[in-house]
Amino acid sequence: METRDLKAIYGKLQALKGINLKFPENKVTAIMGPSGCGKSTLIRCLNRIHELTPGAKVQGEVILDGINIYDSKVDPVAIRRRIGMVFQKPNPFPTMTIYDNVVAGLKLNGVRNRNKLNELAEKSLRMAFLWDEVKNDLKKPGTALSGGQQQRLCIARSLAVEPEVILMDEPCSALDPIATAKVEESIVELKKEFTIIIVTHNLQQAARISDYTAFMYLGKLEEFGETVDIFENPKSELTEKYITGKFG
Amino acid sequence: MTSADGFSSVSWWRRLVNKSMTILILVAVVLAIVPLVFILAEVLIQGGSVISLGFLTHMPAGPTDKTGGIGPAIAGSFTMVGIASLISIPIGVGAGIFFSEWSSSKLSTVSGFMNDVLTGFPTMVIGLFVYIIIVLTTHEWSAFAGGVALSFIMIPIIARTTSESLSLVPNTLREASMALGVPRWRTIFRVVIGTGKTGLLTGIILSIARATGETAPLLLTAAASTHYITNIFNQPTASLTVLIYNYGTSGFPVWEAQAWGAALILILLMLGLNLFVKLVIGKNLTEARME
Repeated sequence: METRDLKAIYGKLQALKGINLKFPENKVTAIMGPSGCGKSTLIRCLNRIHELTPGAKVQGEVILDGINIYDSKVDPVAIRRRIGMVFQKPNPFPTMTIYDNVVAGLKLNGVRNRNKLNELAEKSLRMAFLWDEVKNDLKKPGTALSGGQQQRLCIARSLAVEPEVILMDEPCSALDPIATAKVEESIVELKKEFTIIIVTHNLQQAARISDYTAFMYLGKLEEFGETVDIFENPKSELTEKYITGKFG
Repeated sequence: MTSADGFSSVSWWRRLVNKSMTILILVAVVLAIVPLVFILAEVLIQGGSVISLGFLTHMPAGPTDKTGGIGPAIAGSFTMVGIASLISIPIGVGAGIFFSEWSSSKLSTVSGFMNDVLTGFPTMVIGLFVYIIIVLTTHEWSAFAGGVALSFIMIPIIARTTSESLSLVPNTLREASMALGVPRWRTIFRVVIGTGKTGLLTGIILSIARATGETAPLLLTAAASTHYITNIFNQPTASLTVLIYNYGTSGFPVWEAQAWGAALILILLMLGLNLFVKLVIGKNLTEARME
């Protein structure tokens, strides 16, 4: 997956000023930067969720498997099944059970086969490291879980539609350290099958789980490289200042 | 300010003001409820003695005949509110969805404003309008015309309550659904409405209760009748409210007593609908919130 000269606008504000970034396959890429640098906007452009905000516009290209997802012939709904998203605050569907939440993406798209649904539900919950905790309580409402479990439920939900890329917008910022550790554990496992792009403002988290890091500042890509390199030998002065905590 | 005397005199005054305000507010509450209590009591006393199975099913009889009943009026009210519901629920819910899910469009703002104006529109004028477009053109009083007039009253209410219930559904749920690759219309119908359905149902039932109690529009569209109807398009149709009006002002004691009986039935219906909303639907709402 890559972006070419990606620009994004909210009304009169230009949030992204031409981003060129290649996301390595089957790796975890962290997007970091101070508040307001455009990292959330960037990730929301990758699965065409940004354009749902009234007054939002996108220019430039985002390429997945050689196809520009912003091409007029491409159906955004189909794209979003290939690029999944986990949000900052866990958002399970409140009127659905745990099981129904996990298979929501499938059921809402017309999949009826009981066996297939059961199979995918178990597989996704195992990948999200949640199966053991809920396997006997699948009929309980999705909101009856703790925050950390809800977030893993949301991860399982996005896994069930079998995407290729998973976008995560600060998935652990609303969770306690133990829940965070569980989510990070699942992310490291998930990259074997998926390409993961995670926005985080937690430097230690990026250092722990990401293979590559992109550092953004004021809507521009400041630096990109392997996480180890960025942290030990940042090329840009801004990157160095951010990493050493001089601003955030 | 820290001396003991200064402190206690300030608090004495504030306690007095606090208590007087509380009493004033309680008086206001009692004054507000008293008319309702009086009406309910009066209707119960005057109408209670007339109620019987025969009363509920028989057709009306002469002004001095105690065996007459309000059967056709009950059936007529049900029929016309039923017709109105069939028309107004799809249109009202549809409009409500538009106001809520496309709230940023200019059309939404303008039509939303017009909708709100219509919620308080004089019902007599609505009745007159339907009289002109349906009754005069078909040369018939009809249950259909009555139902249409009632739907003009119900649609704005349903649209507004639907739009407000759906707006309460957090945007994060819409995004979660869209991010799963669910098309927008399915997101709206399965996720948004699924989450907001209790509010929707409440609005619909309350607008039904409101329509059941309307008189003016029915006077000009369905008129009155002493028979059960066999055709909704070309027969005048009885209704509880019009019957209460006609009998209550007739001057015949038997009919006036029956008017009270009809009033009691009407009020019981409305109370029943309101209680249903509060107890059954409200209970589900609280249970869902507590999780």
